[in-house]
Amino acid sequence: MKLLLSSIRVAVASSAICVVGYGALILAIGQTLTPETANGSLLRSPDGEIVGSRQVAQSFSRVDYFWPRLSAVDYDGAGAGGSNLAPTNQALAERAAPVLRRLGATAEHPVPADLVTASGSGLDPHTTLEGALYQASRVAEARGLAAEAVREIVAGEAFSSAGPFTEGRIVNVLELNLALDALSAREGAR
Amino acid sequence: MTAILVISVIIGGTILLSWPLGRYLKWAMDPAAQPDGIRSRLDHIFGLIGGFAARKPQNWKRYALTLLLFNGVMFVVSFGILAMQQHLPLNPDQKEALEPSLVFNTAASFTSNTNLQHYSGEVSLSYFSQLFALMWLQFVSAATGIAALAAMARGLSGRKEMGNFLLDVQRAAFLVLLPVATAFAIAMVLGGMPMTLQGSVIVTTLEGVQQTIARGPVAAFVTIKQLGTNGGGFFGPNSTHPLENPTFFTNALSMVLLILIPMACVWMYGRIVGNLRHAGVIFGVMLALLLLKAGSAVYFESAPTVAFSDLPVEQTLGNLEGKELRLGTTTGPLWGVLTTSTSNGSVGAMQNSLNPLAGLCALVGMWLNATFGGVGVGMINMFIFIVIAVFVAGLMVGRTPEYLGRKIEPREMKLAVICLITHPLFILGGAALFAATAWGAGTVRNDGPRGFTEIVYEFSSAAANNGSGYEGLSDNTLPWNLATGLVMLLGRFIPIVLPLAIAGSLAGKKGLAQTAGTLRTDGLTFGLMTFATIIFIGALTFLPTAMLGPVAEHLAYMR
Repeated sequence: MKLLLSSIRVAVASSAICVVGYGALILAIGQTLTPETANGSLLRSPDGEIVGSRQVAQSFSRVDYFWPRLSAVDYDGAGAGGSNLAPTNQALAERAAPVLRRLGATAEHPVPADLVTASGSGLDPHTTLEGALYQASRVAEARGLAAEAVREIVAGEAFSSAGPFTEGRIVNVLELNLALDALSAREGAR
Repeated sequence: MTAILVISVIIGGTILLSWPLGRYLKWAMDPAAQPDGIRSRLDHIFGLIGGFAARKPQNWKRYALTLLLFNGVMFVVSFGILAMQQHLPLNPDQKEALEPSLVFNTAASFTSNTNLQHYSGEVSLSYFSQLFALMWLQFVSAATGIAALAAMARGLSGRKEMGNFLLDVQRAAFLVLLPVATAFAIAMVLGGMPMTLQGSVIVTTLEGVQQTIARGPVAAFVTIKQLGTNGGGFFGPNSTHPLENPTFFTNALSMVLLILIPMACVWMYGRIVGNLRHAGVIFGVMLALLLLKAGSAVYFESAPTVAFSDLPVEQTLGNLEGKELRLGTTTGPLWGVLTTSTSNGSVGAMQNSLNPLAGLCALVGMWLNATFGGVGVGMINMFIFIVIAVFVAGLMVGRTPEYLGRKIEPREMKLAVICLITHPLFILGGAALFAATAWGAGTVRNDGPRGFTEIVYEFSSAAANNGSGYEGLSDNTLPWNLATGLVMLLGRFIPIVLPLAIAGSLAGKKGLAQTAGTLRTDGLTFGLMTFATIIFIGALTFLPTAMLGPVAEHLAYMR
């Protein structure tokens, strides 16, 4: 009937304008003005290879790298997710136990909470400044670098996400590890 | 301190934006009798697009019928696209066919502005599906809500001819949603959100492991997802995903977009019915409830993760499970409250990892579904509470209840009560059924009271057309897909059609002059009356459920 035909006409028009038109416009602006972030903020190593995205956490387990926050999806960039465990669920403590051992946690030297919690997406690329400093001595020792130099790199990479709107400072783990590799390369070249 | 700053800036800033937007909404949806050149030219174009049927004025029955018909087209088209996604273009990552009950659930979900997702976007859907099925529905379902509110408001101002749905839906989509979304999407893309049609990229990490990173046309999608109180994320974990919400700037914009049109709709309603002071009182009631929930949620979420109590963990930032560091600690609970107050459904933290009482604040939002509520439909839901408030107040002082100059009689009350009751019926009935059987009990992520809350949350989300969830619930099953699909559709269209009927019925009555004995709806007394009605009739129904779920969990586990 006439009403159905009119509905279909409006449906087609809205799709053409709101999907094709709007989408194409935003695509054009993104690809022209901010192509780096529009295509995923990909980071490259010094030799030009793509090593990851600045926005997306990746797995680090070697002793001589800084470790990111826990990931419930094992850092799967194509299948993100959180643990969905309630904070009252003992499974969280069971999950944290091996991590605390690896980090060398003691009652006098407790681990910052962000290192034993899983992020919402499983891909949180940051740790807190405290979380990075906690690992600094381990990383320095593994690489044969001065602990002070490593702590300086960490401090240099730390930033505040939004000033008075967020708490403390955070560090991007991938960028930190890239800076660390650069430092090791400089030290090694000496 | 940070929390107070964030809440003030986000909510305060949006209130300021909502005022001019409300005026613009009136101009777009209900222009004055003698419109100027541009405005009438636009309506003329919409009339050409829609054809003859888009130009005839409609009474409430015809309006509701057209609304349902158009939404039927929305459902069928999106169902078709999703069902055939493996054969359609724009599928660089070769996504395969979707299971039929999931196709049904997703089509029903996005048609009803719910955006409940029993799938994960970057895992299961092609770009074509995300754009042409889902993003399209995000525009037109939001436009449906705004149109329905405009029509209801016209009826309440005395016009039996409540407009033309096909004209209204175009006005809402092209004059309101499109320009605002465009402006904000540009801001999002400049703020670092991805926007590309290239497929996912495979990288070799510093430790030599292969990592596949999914991306896509995120900025355009996320903007209308927020603006239209849709809520369905491009990626599974929604706005916790770093590519869906890269910085605090995009985070703040996203939260502003969450509540922007719902707030502006209250002003639009006030302008169309011709009583801005009354709209101000309603705005105040909604805001009071919103701030109460937001403040409480932030407070409850600041308690540290109780599972770590006996472990050597330093907790200075509250409960960090399921949160993202760049977004700050206020975002999780604040977003969780804003999203459930507005039937949006997006999230800034994993809801299922919130502390029990913070989660309760989110649940309350869905149970009331009127503290600003969804685009257009939030004010329609509040209208039902207003009718009940006016009725009870009238009884208390022994006068015939009247609203905006028209008598509320048994016919209107019957419709209002039926409308009011369907909401808890779907939630409590559905939750009871699924909690008592393997359909629900076998699918929960966490045991005990939290598991019960997961089931209640899912039905609350479907009935309120919210779309968020206590994720981890294995809800991509046949029973969940069918049950929530049905509840979403009924929970969407019953609370639109019945209020339209009430407005149509009131429009046909003779307007009464305001006398000294009239119950005034634009003062503090009425505001308190409405507030009390919402609490006693809206919230009390759910008190037992709240006790069995979040409160029991809090008392049992939290220190």
